[in-house]
Amino acid sequence: MVPPITLTVNGERRTVELEDPRVTLLDLLRERLGLTGTKKGCDRGQCGACTILVDGRRINSCLALALSHDGADVLTIEGLARGDTLHPVQAAFIAHDGLQCGFCTPGQIMSAVGLIQEGQAGDDPERVREGMSGNLCRCGAYAGITEAVLEAGKSLERAGRRHVA
Amino acid sequence: MKTFDYVRPKTIAEAVAAASEPGAAYLAGGTNLVDLMKDGIAAPSRLVDVNRLPGLDRIEHLPGGGVRIGALVRNADLAHDPDFARRFPAVAEALLSGASAQLRNAATVGGNLLQRTRCPYFYDVASACNKRNPGAGCDARGGEARLHAILGWSEACVATHPSDFCVPLAALDAVVEIEGKAGRRAVPLESFHRLPGAMPERETVLESGELIVALSLPGEAARFSAHARYLKLRDRTSYAFAVVSAAAALSIAGNAIVEARLALGGVAMKPWRARAAEAILAGTRPTETAFRQAAELALADAKPSGDNAFKVELARRTALRALTLAAAGTPERVAALPASPFASLPGAILHA
Repeated sequence: MVPPITLTVNGERRTVELEDPRVTLLDLLRERLGLTGTKKGCDRGQCGACTILVDGRRINSCLALALSHDGADVLTIEGLARGDTLHPVQAAFIAHDGLQCGFCTPGQIMSAVGLIQEGQAGDDPERVREGMSGNLCRCGAYAGITEAVLEAGKSLERAGRRHVA
Repeated sequence: MKTFDYVRPKTIAEAVAAASEPGAAYLAGGTNLVDLMKDGIAAPSRLVDVNRLPGLDRIEHLPGGGVRIGALVRNADLAHDPDFARRFPAVAEALLSGASAQLRNAATVGGNLLQRTRCPYFYDVASACNKRNPGAGCDARGGEARLHAILGWSEACVATHPSDFCVPLAALDAVVEIEGKAGRRAVPLESFHRLPGAMPERETVLESGELIVALSLPGEAARFSAHARYLKLRDRTSYAFAVVSAAAALSIAGNAIVEARLALGGVAMKPWRARAAEAILAGTRPTETAFRQAAELALADAKPSGDNAFKVELARRTALRALTLAAAGTPERVAALPASPFASLPGAILHA
C-alpha cells in the first residue's frame, strides 16, 4: 500500500493518492495535477526540461520519486508569474529571444531562477553558462538565454529581491 | 521500472534492518538509482528511503582541523560551504566539475561514492556485461572502449568509476564511516572500492545492509589548501564525465615540496592513488622535471584495455598539468569553469 502524499505546489496545498510508488514528481505534476508546463524531455536527468524548484532548490523532477518528497514545497513554471505580470526571468527570456521552439524554456527559466537564487554566478557570462549547463536547448538559443539570465540577475539585484522566486 | 516496496525508516538501525533483506536498496538523492531503475539495470524489490534519517546532513568542522561530512549532505552544499572550500579546495573544485547544478542539488555525498559506472555496455541491457549479469561476458572488450580503464582492469571488466569527488578524497586520505548490523566501522576511501578482478559485480567493501553514514577528512588534509587542484579532461567543457582527471595537492615550504598527493580519475574502477609519484616528489623542488618524472611513475603500470591507448599519455599529461597548477597556487575562488583545462593559471604548462 502506498500512503497519500501532501505537497505545496505553487503555494497551494495538494494531497495526492498514489497507487504506485514509481511515480516521479514530474509525472505527478503532469499527469495527476494537470501542470503540463514542466516538460518531459529525456526523462533521465540529462536535458533539464523537467527542472523545478523543490524547497527553493532547482532539481530534475524526472529523477525525484514523489513519495520521497512528501511535504515538499514545489514551484513550477505555472507558479512564477504574479497574475498577468511576468516574473523578471520570464520577461528577460522574451526580451532576449532566449527561445525558439519553447520546449526547453520552462526548464531553462526555472533553472535560471534557481541559479540567480544560488548567488554564485553574478554578472559573469562564463559562470552563467556553466551554471546553466544542465539545460539543453536543441534550437541553440544559448546566446539569448545567457543574456536573459544576466539581465534578469541584474534587475532582481536592483530590486533587492533576495528570494527571487 | 519494476515496482517496489517503499519504506522510510526513522532511525539508522531501522534502516539497516530494512535494507538487510535480499533485493533491498537505499534511496538518497536518487539521481543515479532512479535512472538505473527506469531501464531495469537496477531492480530493487524494496527501497529504503534514508533522506529523513536524523543527523546525517551536517558538515562538522572538527577541532583538529579535519571535517566530518554526513552522508546526506548534498554535493552543492558541500562545495559551497565556505570553510570547507577554503580548507579542501580540490574537493570543492571536483564537486563543481561534476554533473549539472540540478543534479548537484539532489545528489548526496554517500551516493556519490556508490554511483555506478557509465560504461555504455553496462547501461545497454542488450549487451553482455559481467557487472550487470555475472558470467555473461563483457562486450566492452573488443567493443567501443575509448573511455575505458587503463589501470586495474581485468578480463572480466574494463569499466571505470565515474566519480570526480572521490579522486581528491582518495588523495587526501578520506575515511568512510559505515554502519551495519555489527555496528560501525571506518574504511579508508582508498580501499572502499574494489577492483573488478573476477567479480566485477562487487564494487565496494559494503556488506549486505551496510549504510554509509559519513565521510571524514583528517586535519592533515588541510595542510595542502594553498596548493590543491583538480583537473578534468572531458569531451565537452561542462556536464560530462571525465575522460581522465587528476587531483594534485602539494605542501610547499621555502622552495621545496614537503609532501605531495596525487590521484587519478577516469582510469580505473576506483580513484587511483599514485603513491610512487607522491614519494618521489617529497623533498624536491616543484619543477617541471620533477612533475614530469612523477607523472611518468603514476602511469608506469598503465595499459590500454581496448582502443584507448591515448588515455595513457593523456593521463600522464593531465597529472603533470594538475601538479603544475597546484604548484602555482590555489585560486581565490573556484574558476568559472571548474577543473577545466581551458581555465588556466599563469605559469601553467599549456601544452605538456
